[in-house]
Amino acid sequence: MSDQVKGVASRRHAAVSAAVMAIGRAASETIDRLADAVRYVGGVVYLLVDSVVWALRGLTNPRYKFGWAALIAQMVRFGIKSIPIIIIVQLFIGLILALQMAPTLATYGQLERVAEVVGIAVIRELGPLLTAVVLSGFAGASIAAEIGAMVESEEIKALRAHALNPVRFLVVPRLLATTVMIVALAVIADYVGVLGGFLASVFVLDVPPRLYINLTQGAVQTTDFVTGLVKAGVFGAVIVLIASHEGFSVSGGPEGVGRATTATVVKSIVALIGIDALFTAVFYALGI
Amino acid sequence: MPQSDVAIAVKDVVRSFETARGARFRVLDGVSFDVRRGETLVIMGGSGCGKSTLLNCLIGELSVDAGQILYRTKSMKQARDICCMSEADLNELRKHFGILFQSGALFNSMSVAENIALPLTEHSFVDPSIIDIVVTLKLQQVHMLAHRDKMPSQLSGGQKKRAGLARATALDPEILFYDEPSAGLDPVTSAAIDELMMDLSKKLRVTSVVVTHEMDSAFRIADRMVMLEKGRVLKIGTRQEFEKLRDTPPESIKEHDERLMNQFLNGYGQGPLTDAYGISEFEKLIFDGA
Repeated sequence: MSDQVKGVASRRHAAVSAAVMAIGRAASETIDRLADAVRYVGGVVYLLVDSVVWALRGLTNPRYKFGWAALIAQMVRFGIKSIPIIIIVQLFIGLILALQMAPTLATYGQLERVAEVVGIAVIRELGPLLTAVVLSGFAGASIAAEIGAMVESEEIKALRAHALNPVRFLVVPRLLATTVMIVALAVIADYVGVLGGFLASVFVLDVPPRLYINLTQGAVQTTDFVTGLVKAGVFGAVIVLIASHEGFSVSGGPEGVGRATTATVVKSIVALIGIDALFTAVFYALGI
Repeated sequence: MPQSDVAIAVKDVVRSFETARGARFRVLDGVSFDVRRGETLVIMGGSGCGKSTLLNCLIGELSVDAGQILYRTKSMKQARDICCMSEADLNELRKHFGILFQSGALFNSMSVAENIALPLTEHSFVDPSIIDIVVTLKLQQVHMLAHRDKMPSQLSGGQKKRAGLARATALDPEILFYDEPSAGLDPVTSAAIDELMMDLSKKLRVTSVVVTHEMDSAFRIADRMVMLEKGRVLKIGTRQEFEKLRDTPPESIKEHDERLMNQFLNGYGQGPLTDAYGISEFEKLIFDGA
């Protein structure tokens, strides 16, 4: 074989092997990322199980005192203090939804049906989901930063050194408080969202108030309300679990705490949407 | 020595970590020593010698790759290895020791008094009024009574350590661990903390394990000392033996490890410890671009 032919053959060989290696590397990285995702979900599920076990122990076993004071403090922190933000957000959502749907409905001569659209959308979806999104910042970021800072200042180590379980002390009160309060907040969000739609419809779209109320009451059923609240509860738990997991995994000083806070909000929102899609599919299949 | 005199027996402990590039790096490489009941043992060494890792292994925060850490509290019939203990057993053992962390590690959401009361409220079933009395007593022992209702963020570094010490002694532990108690303190406050440690050690008859690299502090408080370097034990001895080593002129020491310890104990800028970063290494870096 001549040198020229050998050169071409070896260059082609090098190109092929480089391509194969690149594919191999990409596949290996994808598998690593999938493995990381599985590990992450596993970690969050483990935290959930641990929290439930400690919550039950606290309620049933006299050896472990249940932190009622801590629970109430967290409920005030995440529940009561976030009410103003929830009200503002939901009022605008109701308003926006009504005004956005109005032109389309008007072309079909069904303008008053905006009441039904707002009612169903807010109570089934936007009330619970947007409340959860607000709380992913208000509660999630706050919890991740708080626990992350405690890791950095060795407070978590100190808890363990005193034979006190960090999950029992930190995660359980926050988990229970957020899950309970987010349901209450979702109820408020539902009412305020419908109110927003009502205000837009009555004052801008000239829909008669009585008609709006009647149509809303006719369209929204108990199952809509209940499914929304069930979703809200699950969303609340997911936010706290992700935030706690991120907080406990912090390393690398204040920068690490910042990263954990950002990661919490991003991952929470992605998880919320994913779980919402799952719920939607399940409820659709079940016909509720 | 009778076995009952040994509170903690560390036998051939090995602990490795993985670096960012995946290589395994031995932080503790066959560490062995005993901690005798009632003594103050100082573990010392330069930065990166493995003393923080050793402390974390002793308190059960980190697992060991090989070796044993045998604990024998007064209530135990025979020594038990913490490396094989369940979480529940380890938590029972942890109630017998107290730890003062480097920055105090006070719980920032609670006042000083609440911090000290926490181990008492969680691990004893005593009436809150009795707990209050114990907290007052502990605060008085560390001269922090005036600050009982302050939050940790309102305290100075020395005050945080005192409060942390009060919390560490809340359950009257048998063993006290101190992680760099003089770190970040001025010489006077550092000496005051040392006095406090010696005072408590005498009054409560506790066994103390102190990790430090402050030599003034170490020679003030130690009964015995352990010198670590790169994960190995270089020397275990009484304070007097180390004082003799410290006071020996470096030129008269032939043995490499002893010259290294002499340099560390005196805080000399030149010696075997700094020769490790020799000129030849620097030249290699600059001229070969290694």
